[in-house]
Amino acid sequence: MAVYKRTYVPYEGPRTPSWSRFLILPRVSYERLWQSRFLIMFFMACFFYPIGLAAYIYIANNLSILEQFQRAADQYVTLDASVFLLYCSFQGGAAYLLTAFVGPSLVSPDLVNGALPLYLGRPFSRVEYLLGKLSVLVFLLSTITWIPGLILFGIQGSLAGWAWTRDNLFIAGALVAGMLLWILVLSLIALAVSAWVKWRVAAGAVLMAVFFAGAGFGGAVNQVLRTQQGYLLNIRQVIYTVWAGLFRTDPDNGLSLESAWITLGIVAVACLWLLLRRVRAFEVIK
Amino acid sequence: MGEAVIQLDGLTVRFGKREILHQLTGALAGRTIGLLGPNGAGKSTLIQTLLGFCPASAGTATIFGRDIHKQARELRTMVGYMPENDAFIADMTAVSFVRLMGELSGLPSEAALERAHEVLFYVGLGEARYRMLGTYSLGMKQLAKLAQAIVHGPRLLILDEPTNGLDPPARLRMIRLVKEMRDTGKMNLVVCSHLLRDVEETCEEVLILKAGRIVHYSNLEEERKANRRFVEMETVGDDTGFADALTSKGCECTSMGQGRLRMVVPVEFEMREIYRLAADRDLQLRRLHYRRDTLEDIFLKAMGDVPPEALRPRNGPPPLPPALPN
Repeated sequence: MAVYKRTYVPYEGPRTPSWSRFLILPRVSYERLWQSRFLIMFFMACFFYPIGLAAYIYIANNLSILEQFQRAADQYVTLDASVFLLYCSFQGGAAYLLTAFVGPSLVSPDLVNGALPLYLGRPFSRVEYLLGKLSVLVFLLSTITWIPGLILFGIQGSLAGWAWTRDNLFIAGALVAGMLLWILVLSLIALAVSAWVKWRVAAGAVLMAVFFAGAGFGGAVNQVLRTQQGYLLNIRQVIYTVWAGLFRTDPDNGLSLESAWITLGIVAVACLWLLLRRVRAFEVIK
Repeated sequence: MGEAVIQLDGLTVRFGKREILHQLTGALAGRTIGLLGPNGAGKSTLIQTLLGFCPASAGTATIFGRDIHKQARELRTMVGYMPENDAFIADMTAVSFVRLMGELSGLPSEAALERAHEVLFYVGLGEARYRMLGTYSLGMKQLAKLAQAIVHGPRLLILDEPTNGLDPPARLRMIRLVKEMRDTGKMNLVVCSHLLRDVEETCEEVLILKAGRIVHYSNLEEERKANRRFVEMETVGDDTGFADALTSKGCECTSMGQGRLRMVVPVEFEMREIYRLAADRDLQLRRLHYRRDTLEDIFLKAMGDVPPEALRPRNGPPPLPPALPN
């Protein structure tokens, strides 16, 4: 119908499959997010380290270049799990900063303006809503974490040969699993904070505080009680312990792998509980 | 009466220990159903329960024969909802917002965009469709809410206080839109409002809730037909035969003395007859008051907030005020 014909006409056309509708939310979110120049610049900066590591891998596998610089080749050629663990730490930090920028704007605008009844009054459930919002961060953070990590692994594998690839195949699995786990935890924390703190700037600050305050308090606990268990309050130390376990290295922070997994589980469940309490079509006022 | 649009079957909703809706039972079949009740009567809770937002503690309900819980997803494809409170995304343009809502209802992306333009023009926001919703006035936000509710072509449109906060021209525009959609014959409407005039102007049937219970459900048109017209008058002069003359014209007259007369007039009775009969008898009409039952009367009776004697009896002439001094 032409727009100038101002009469109501019901829609009788085809409908999209319901399973794919949660993907509408990331598409709409990205349209808004990429209007920020800062985000674009920061997103591009997130690739500096992977590009540098790719150059390092290339050089390390081409010793003739190193010899031209008359350097001791031995100290450069160690390309094992520890290199990729360092990659995880670095890109994990970048993912955290990106989350602090993007996360607060995901749920809070819908809550501030009462848009949730509009979402949930449609053939669109709470789970789909959360899945859609979660996928905004999952897709975005994946592009700067495990996807470049797998490409780097592929480059190293292609340059080092089949034997190296076969012996270090667990690194690829650890990269994907470790980074996805970190992305999931980050996303859940960001969504929970965004759902409870309606003002975006405050939500960003709270997200920062969750990590830094936890780390500071954990450090204080370690100092006062002369223990290492205070690191359980430091989410970066917790995830590092899990990564180290996946990469088969020693985290060297005194945390056991089991306690780290349990802590992450508790954080994830707590965030989900907070989210489900908040993401509702209506509010019962007691 | 046709097939029920909404069938309530002992629907009960509790929040904690408090019962909000108490065993609502009934079949609502009108094309436009008005939902009335004082604050806290359970109107919004009923709407939210029908939309599947609130779980029913007991009983159930169906819309177009589909259970509100078991077939909630299918139902939401067929239902459009315009909430009472502000509901929008401030940093989106109206066209992006309505398109998003259309897509979430299952419209393909391109169709949703086309429909978004159409419905925004239809509700009168065509020129402002590229503006951010956060910059809209209250009236424009109401229209944007209406646009998102109809973008997917629902069979049932639920409007919760559609004229809330609107100035008179905007209210008239909203009422006109509701009437137009009703008259297309392709959509049923539920209008929840505390403004009796809005419901009276737009609805065929009315459901009145009080304290979570249905206290009245009727077809407004039939009520209007059934309701008699009442005339109260006061005459000066010799009124002998005047009451008989009116009775011969089909009126039910009661003389109260001192020239006061009250009567129930038939539907086909023309009011000018009163003046003609009075002129024939050289009778002076001091006062003449004419009215018929309104939704307000129905509502007040249903509420029971006013003593019954203060309300006009349905089957008899209204009480007269004290006589004027000669």
